[in-house]
Amino acid sequence: MCIRQCAFEGHSYDPEKNEVISKEDVCVGCHRCVTLCPTNALTIRQTPLDFRANANWTARAIRDIIKQSETGGVLLTGMGNDRPYPIYWDHLLINASQVTNPSIDPLREPMELRTYLGRKPERLELDGNGGNYRPKEPLPPQLKLETPILFSAMSYGAISYNACESLARSAHALGIYYNTGEGGLHPNLYKYGKNTIVQVASGRFGVHKEYLDAAAAIEIKIGQGAKPGIGGHLPGEKVVEDISKTRMIPKGTDALSPAPQHDIYSIEDLRMLIYALKEATQYTKPISVKIAAVHNSAAIASGMVRAGADIIALDGFRGGTGAAPTVIRDNVGIPIELALASVDQRLRDEGIRHQASIVVAGGFRNSADIFKAIALGADAVYIGTSALIAMGCHVCQKCYTGNCNWGIATQDPYLEKRLNPDIATERLINLIHAWSHEIKEMLGGMGINAVESLRGNRLALRGIGLTDTELDILKVLPAGR
Amino acid sequence: MKRIFVKEEVCIGCRLCEIHCVVEHSKSKNIIKAFKDENPRILPRIFVEEKGKVSFGLQCRHCEEPYCLEACMSGALYKDEKTGAVLHNREQCVGCWMCVMVCPYGVIRRDLNEKKIASKCDLCLGKEIPVCVARCPNEALEYREV
Repeated sequence: MCIRQCAFEGHSYDPEKNEVISKEDVCVGCHRCVTLCPTNALTIRQTPLDFRANANWTARAIRDIIKQSETGGVLLTGMGNDRPYPIYWDHLLINASQVTNPSIDPLREPMELRTYLGRKPERLELDGNGGNYRPKEPLPPQLKLETPILFSAMSYGAISYNACESLARSAHALGIYYNTGEGGLHPNLYKYGKNTIVQVASGRFGVHKEYLDAAAAIEIKIGQGAKPGIGGHLPGEKVVEDISKTRMIPKGTDALSPAPQHDIYSIEDLRMLIYALKEATQYTKPISVKIAAVHNSAAIASGMVRAGADIIALDGFRGGTGAAPTVIRDNVGIPIELALASVDQRLRDEGIRHQASIVVAGGFRNSADIFKAIALGADAVYIGTSALIAMGCHVCQKCYTGNCNWGIATQDPYLEKRLNPDIATERLINLIHAWSHEIKEMLGGMGINAVESLRGNRLALRGIGLTDTELDILKVLPAGR
Repeated sequence: MKRIFVKEEVCIGCRLCEIHCVVEHSKSKNIIKAFKDENPRILPRIFVEEKGKVSFGLQCRHCEEPYCLEACMSGALYKDEKTGAVLHNREQCVGCWMCVMVCPYGVIRRDLNEKKIASKCDLCLGKEIPVCVARCPNEALEYREV
């Protein structure tokens, strides 16, 4: 069974010896064989090939040079930055009420997690009298989320159709949204359009009238956290018939998105595209703009809001990807925690924070990370890798090969069957329910009963093990003060 | 009357159904002992048919009017009144294998050790859920009312 389950051909049967033998050097550590073995006979260990201990010339550094000398190529990898840069979420602590403010029990009292994403008006003028008030002007279009979590952009092509279907169905059941990524939208998924955010990326894959009409919101992708400054990459092995049709590109060709959007070379161009999309959809859908978190994110975000974006999506350097050059993934971009704090602060300082909602992404692992992000100013959080892990991913980082043994990052129909959309949908629903409940517990513990009271409330956090500069950027007091 | 149905679009051809069928019908009910120590090894009652990317597990359909029952010359095959399952009495079987010839699904296998039929699904004899259904890792088998 392990023989059949490994797409990397790690196990094989030797009829002479009547034994199953394993090829250690091709194992990617995806745990498929381990999980399915009925006798728990398998386990995975790092192959013990120790180079002499050297903090500078690590095994990885040496192996990468050897590989590049052999091939002359760019080293590719999948998923998010795995280097040991600091994780600021692990240096932020949450408050709880004691004595001065009673805590609230989420199991016994109502708590509000509902979140609206979109441009909020400068002020609200109400018409009417008695108990019956209505706003004078219609509100700008909003996205309504039952909980402040959405599924991040993962393109059809990078992930399988079954994976896309699971994301769509669970978003629909949970009352949240999922993002198509730059792969276009498969016709069978149009029925979940009300829970779909479609992406208009630099390759404009699959962008046509019906695509824009079907969605609840449109996201212009300028960059993504895993590879700021360069475009998306879908290796040719994964461009099969259905992908070719949905993306509108020839079969078997590498789908390399251009680095910039070739009609956006300045902030004024961005404003033109935002308004072109607003006109095309009769101003009925919020337009989101997604950027990677880079050095001057605050200034860029300010420009984006003034250009007309209703939602800013910020993707930190831990964001995942199906395929990216390793050197870019591991070295370009900044942590989302710092980017979020500086963007939120800049928009508040300029008095335009209400003009756009901020959604953050990039390596959110649990409900505490999400809670802290909201406290730092986020309206909602996009989760990508976490959603894939819920569906079975073990983060082996080999998505770009198309040999995903879990049926997620593959277009091979034999492998794709392994992802049963019924099971995956249920697991995603379970995950979001669990996290929403945990967020309620943390809110209640702080004595607040609405996520709105947490949003941007830096006083709810304290920093631990951070330098003065980092505390200043995050605008968070040190624990003890 | 509940029967086992397969969803071939999610069957991954892993054959865990066959493995757990063997364990359930073994003497020790322990997977290591059933496969390593028990001799002769029990045959599974479910068979995974596979060609290219299509695969599915197939077992006795427990037909309303079974051909095998009519063909059985010793009366070893009989219908259980409560569940409607077609069951097999090993003591009465003479090993003529007419049931094997006549089954339109080919789900009866010959036991070459004792020269009698060995494997035919028995719906796990009254268990709440047959083990193949319970242990399929991708929920490709369903146990439901006809």
